[in-house]
Amino acid sequence: MAHSHAVKRYSGLMDWLTTVDHKKIGILYFLAGGIFFLIGGLEALLIRIQLMFPDNQIFIGGTYNQILTMHGTTMIFLAAMPLLFGFMNAIVPLQIGARDVAFPFLNSLGFWLFVFGGLLLNLSWFLGGAPDAGWTAYAPLSSDTSLRGVDFYAMGLQIAGLGTLIGGINFLVTIINMRAPGMTFMRMPMFTWTSFVTSVLILFAFPAVTVGLVELTFDRLFDGNFFNVSKGGNEVLWEHIFWIFGHPEVYILILPAFGIISEVVSTFSRKRLFGYSSMVFATLLIGFLSFMVWVHHMFTTGLGPVANGIFAVATMAIAVPTGIKIFNWLFTMWGGQIIFNSSNLWAIAFIPTFVMGGMTGVMLAVPPADFQYHDSYFVVAHFHYVIVGGLIFGIFSGFYYWWPKMFGRMLHEGLGQLNFWTFMIGFHLTFFPQHFLGLMGMPRRVFTYETGVQLEMGNMASSIGAFLMGIGTIAFVLNIIITALKPKNAPADPWDGRSLEWSIPSPAPEYNFKQTPLVRGLDAFWKEKRAGNKEMTPAEPIGSIHMPSPTILPFFMSVGLFIAGFGFMYAKYDFENGLLATLFGNHIIAIIGLVITFLCMFLRSVYDDHGWHIEPEELEDKGVKA
Amino acid sequence: MWRLMPLLAVLALAGCGDPSISAIDPQGPVASEQFFLMKLSLAVMIFVFAVVMIIYIYVLVRYRKKKGQDQIPKQVEGNHVLEIIWTVIPILLLIVIAVPTIKYTFEHSKDLREEEGVVHIKVTAHQFWWQFEYPDNNINTAQDMYIPVGKRVALELTSSDVKHSFWVPALAGKIDTNPGMSNIMHLQADKPGIYRGKCAELCGASHSLMDFKVVAVSEAEYNQWVEGKKTPAKVTADTAKGEQVFKDNCLSCHAVGGEGAGLGPNLNGFANRTEVAGVLPHDAASVKKWIQDPQAQKPGTKMPKVNLNEDQVDQLVKYLETLK
Repeated sequence: MAHSHAVKRYSGLMDWLTTVDHKKIGILYFLAGGIFFLIGGLEALLIRIQLMFPDNQIFIGGTYNQILTMHGTTMIFLAAMPLLFGFMNAIVPLQIGARDVAFPFLNSLGFWLFVFGGLLLNLSWFLGGAPDAGWTAYAPLSSDTSLRGVDFYAMGLQIAGLGTLIGGINFLVTIINMRAPGMTFMRMPMFTWTSFVTSVLILFAFPAVTVGLVELTFDRLFDGNFFNVSKGGNEVLWEHIFWIFGHPEVYILILPAFGIISEVVSTFSRKRLFGYSSMVFATLLIGFLSFMVWVHHMFTTGLGPVANGIFAVATMAIAVPTGIKIFNWLFTMWGGQIIFNSSNLWAIAFIPTFVMGGMTGVMLAVPPADFQYHDSYFVVAHFHYVIVGGLIFGIFSGFYYWWPKMFGRMLHEGLGQLNFWTFMIGFHLTFFPQHFLGLMGMPRRVFTYETGVQLEMGNMASSIGAFLMGIGTIAFVLNIIITALKPKNAPADPWDGRSLEWSIPSPAPEYNFKQTPLVRGLDAFWKEKRAGNKEMTPAEPIGSIHMPSPTILPFFMSVGLFIAGFGFMYAKYDFENGLLATLFGNHIIAIIGLVITFLCMFLRSVYDDHGWHIEPEELEDKGVKA
Repeated sequence: MWRLMPLLAVLALAGCGDPSISAIDPQGPVASEQFFLMKLSLAVMIFVFAVVMIIYIYVLVRYRKKKGQDQIPKQVEGNHVLEIIWTVIPILLLIVIAVPTIKYTFEHSKDLREEEGVVHIKVTAHQFWWQFEYPDNNINTAQDMYIPVGKRVALELTSSDVKHSFWVPALAGKIDTNPGMSNIMHLQADKPGIYRGKCAELCGASHSLMDFKVVAVSEAEYNQWVEGKKTPAKVTADTAKGEQVFKDNCLSCHAVGGEGAGLGPNLNGFANRTEVAGVLPHDAASVKKWIQDPQAQKPGTKMPKVNLNEDQVDQLVKYLETLK
């Protein structure tokens, strides 16, 4: 190839294991997150099969609890989070005119930590049973060591959560430091803004869950008593720690979706985003308030009317900035020329769906009424309206929108429509009746319900809807496969785009921008196009481009923690094999794992890697299309 | 289809679910006040939804891209007046919800235990059954909570193992039972009847089966029930054999009369319980089925399978059915 320097270049599998290129890491996130999404979806279908009829005996008792726990945990931590990180990786550097993220090495480390954490968690299915205490893992149910599933929860999420925290810090630094000349904060595209605020939330929220999981691990593995009431511990402590993390977490998930919707609605109305600055401030306000409302998950815990009252009002306050966003989207479309393609259909369907999720959100903020809703199917309906109807709709919209930029191919429009209609109708059929099931007395996390109290019809509708969503998902997977077989011929700017990513070829070349662009306003590329330019005005002459070297170290660092995780979990296990008992019982396996990780960190510190350069003549050789 | 949903919502709220368990068919003042807050917040929210949908539908119809439209639409930066309107109006609407919210938040968390004419019951949740103690009458029972109609009932709740949540949708919203701490709530039934109770917090394998009943009876019947609890059941010759089986095998966990431990549900008044173990219909066959293999009926239950022969079980069932 054109790289005549002594640069280590890998191909095939090694290329993917060692890559530090944000675009490839984005694709890896999509791949891993997508697989976990399918697993979580399968678990959802098992739940709906069990609940299709009142007295089903297919998945009952502990088995059912394992399925519901893994459905929630997988969907939140292993599907939704990585899919969003996929978009942040694939798009944010392009939108701010950067050649990569601030810390490419950390980026790769964050990804591999997530993969091995998720793998560890899911291996529980084959090693004595999955976690069974719900995704919220309330103590003391979760500190009961008679079943080992929750060990996998604590260890797997700890490793994956480390990856998320690293990723969040990386994007924070990237967005603050790596913006192209002229790209002031108030000229950043909305998706970059929401990714920025999400990264701030990750930075402040994830340490809380890290602490909580450490305490849970200590209680389970080292006889700690943080949540042991009989030894002076307090189980409400876990609830506070979990929700101080857990509530910002839902905004960590939804804010990037808001960003995607803002980009899509604006592009396909051919109008700039209405009220851009109020959108930015609404995002910041939502981010700030998200740390002030965690007790609304705990109204029934018994904290008393003063705490409940204060947190009720704080929760209602979030409706105001959210409402601002909704009206801004509506008025972005007002006066525009709306195009109804797959990408925009998801965005358009997002608006009423999310408003409905927001409506039930305000209703849930009323503590005495919440005494009825809490832990019933009403809550299940509410959070699926905001997470599926909000986040997943946003992710689908983003896929159809950015697929050409990420893969150089356009997704098939017909299959896209099939994907949209089946999934959207299936979604409402699944979750709308659940509001009523909850009000009619059906608690959540139950594997059966009584006959003769009118719960049968709603549950049946819900199960049928779930299968319809499954068909929609299959249509999307088919679409990916069919698209992958087509030639890579997507144009650079298929949608008459507005932000910087559309000013470079599809897919983006390794170095993103041959010359760093000069940004002259909001919607930078749109502005240049209206001024009659075909490309961005460069901010620098063509010169040699510095690139980071690929490395396998992050992969092995994560493998080390993966091994250490098993070492700790099995330290007290009764092995029949004497050798295994010695190795695990004396924490030798755990120490080996940690040594691998620390050795990799040591190598990283002592070995100075200055990266490599792409010279101007190579850029000319390859032309713009790279 | 979602455009019709608010309409459907109102229609559906107008009356659905079974009155023994539905939160939207309330049978007492606490549940009624909570239902009022639901309706109030839903009404405000439906108004907001309607406004959004009117603009939404108008925009989608009016501004779809038409053929031959190739001039660039006007790029609007924003509109301060509009933005202030859709900030201020939601704030006002939220105040409408917030004021009664705060009022009832305080009212529904009131401690009524010391008040005159209030029935006081201590609730303890166990995996997977409910214990009810009446400290004023020295009664300890399980699974069926008897209350007099028209009287306020103050509950003091805790748990002996993991976290559970006490929920009788038709009478009042739920409150958690936290191990090592106690919570309070109150409820009242306006009509006699049997109201279904649920555990609402995931508590283990049989969380779904941790049901109980609130039996609301007239004041006279309630007093009769209280009196009946104080006189132990008489053992006739017919059931003496069964009683012996009980003493040898069950008394180590189940109390009856004044005797026995409190590990399992107290069996005073067992014969009158609405259901067996909270989930099986109350008849001799079910009692037998339960005793012979509790795990099969309620996975994870602490009750062991006791080694009894067919005849012993029959005698035992006969004896249990005399515990009125």
